[in-house]
Amino acid sequence: MSKKMHIKLKVNGKDEEFLAEPRELLIYTLRERLNITGPHIGCETSHCGACTVTINGKSVKSCTMFAAQADGAEVTTIEGIGGPDDLHPLQTAFKEHHGLQCGYCTPGMITRATKLLEENPNPTEEEIRFGMAGNICRCTGYQNIIKSIQAAAAEMNAAKEAAE
Amino acid sequence: MIPAAFEYYRPKDMAGVLSILEEHGDDARVMAGGHSLIPMMKLRMADVPHLIDLQDVGGMSDIEIGSDSLRIGAMVTQSQIIEHAELAQVAPILREAALQIADPQVRYMGTVGGNVANGDPGNDMPGLMQCLDASFTVVGPDGERDIAARDFYEAAYMTAREDEEVLTAVTVPLPKGGYAYEKQKRKIGDYATAAAAVQIVKEGGACASASIAMTNLSDTPVYSEAAGAALVGTSVDDAALKAAVSAMLEDIDPADDNRGPVAFKNHVAGVILRRAIERAWSRA
Ligand SMILES: Cc1cc2nc3c(=O)[nH]c(=O)nc-3n(C[C@H](O)[C@H](O)[C@H](O)COP(=O)(O)OP(=O)(O)OC[C@H]3O[C@@H](n4cnc5c(N)ncnc54)[C@H](O)[C@@H]3O)c2cc1C
Repeated sequence: MSKKMHIKLKVNGKDEEFLAEPRELLIYTLRERLNITGPHIGCETSHCGACTVTINGKSVKSCTMFAAQADGAEVTTIEGIGGPDDLHPLQTAFKEHHGLQCGYCTPGMITRATKLLEENPNPTEEEIRFGMAGNICRCTGYQNIIKSIQAAAAEMNAAKEAAE
Repeated sequence: MIPAAFEYYRPKDMAGVLSILEEHGDDARVMAGGHSLIPMMKLRMADVPHLIDLQDVGGMSDIEIGSDSLRIGAMVTQSQIIEHAELAQVAPILREAALQIADPQVRYMGTVGGNVANGDPGNDMPGLMQCLDASFTVVGPDGERDIAARDFYEAAYMTAREDEEVLTAVTVPLPKGGYAYEKQKRKIGDYATAAAAVQIVKEGGACASASIAMTNLSDTPVYSEAAGAALVGTSVDDAALKAAVSAMLEDIDPADDNRGPVAFKNHVAGVILRRAIERAWSRA
């Protein structure tokens, strides 16, 4: 065993500090140490995207990053995007447009989609397919995920316009 | 899947990196984005008792465009390549290739330096850099040296970089003419079954020069000088395309694997190269 490291993270706005072995992967830190179980473990080989979180503004598969690498970073998980009482427009849209069935991929999907819409607030279907290509869904056939993201984009753009 | 235990270092400068590399020899490895290395550590295909994270070193994250060449810091990510508007103007093949690597999450983390230093024949940038006649700057205990991309790859995961050297930048002569990076893969996030990088110059309706390199069709990337030469002086007609494809097939050495048998790989390589040349020519 190697010596433990002192690691600080800001997760969903909250400061966290702990000692961990360098080989601890961020997904385990989130799920098992911090009890943040929204991000899921799917393939564990950086293909499926179920573990996607936002780290310093980038979508990252947290199975392929050590907690030590993220030391000092800001991490956002699905829990930080919206909860049962304050759903994010993407969460509402996934619900309304059947953007999920089993729901296993959904936290990663929505977390990735928040970043996609930040970079491209009005994506075409093709841009959504390309921008979401790092997230695999085995239920929906993707069509309803695309509809959900388009609906959320329209909703968010309308809200932004109304506010201006 | 959790990797074997290791010591983690995050030095603030290159001197710090080099002293750890010198102290631990091949028990130490640098990590850039970690998106090739961490999966290999999980699978026990890489044993890294001392892991040196390069993220705080600094000085390796710039893209500089000069009058006859451009320089990309080793820590520039694939997504930064895609987003850089001026780079897309002067060397559009870099963006075209980067868009075909992995998926958005991987491209935020994966770096140019990691991609070219890794030595995996499946990586897309080594072939691309051979096509562009790029050179790699490495720094080690004896100082800095440049190694041509075309001389860098020795075998799978074996390169001309010494264990105690760090790759700091990639320098690319400004590409001329038409370009294409064409890749056949089974799905997004997969490595190439075959890929071709082509850069081609047209003068008065004829091909004045052509540079061709292939990805994942041997245990190293393959720069096919003969394939490029087969196009020079022609109007890139069907006969020239056939000649270039046959020359390329002499240079590659694909292996049987889960992407298909050798005959299939040769077939795909030919189709992909033909498409790449046609597209590059149409842009020349
Ligand atoms: C799901 C998935 C799909 C992928 N698909 C593709 C694909 O289609 N095409 C493709 O090209 N790549 C693909 N990759 C690989 C990805 O692009 C990697 O990120 C990249 O190859 C390595 O970059 P890195 O910064 O992550 O390097 P790391 O993983 O950090 O390092 C890789 C190797 O290079 C060495 N290294 C890194 N930086 C330096 C340096 N500056 N100096 C010396 N040595 C260094 C490390 O020691 C290590 O041995 C894929 C990865 C994943 C997870």
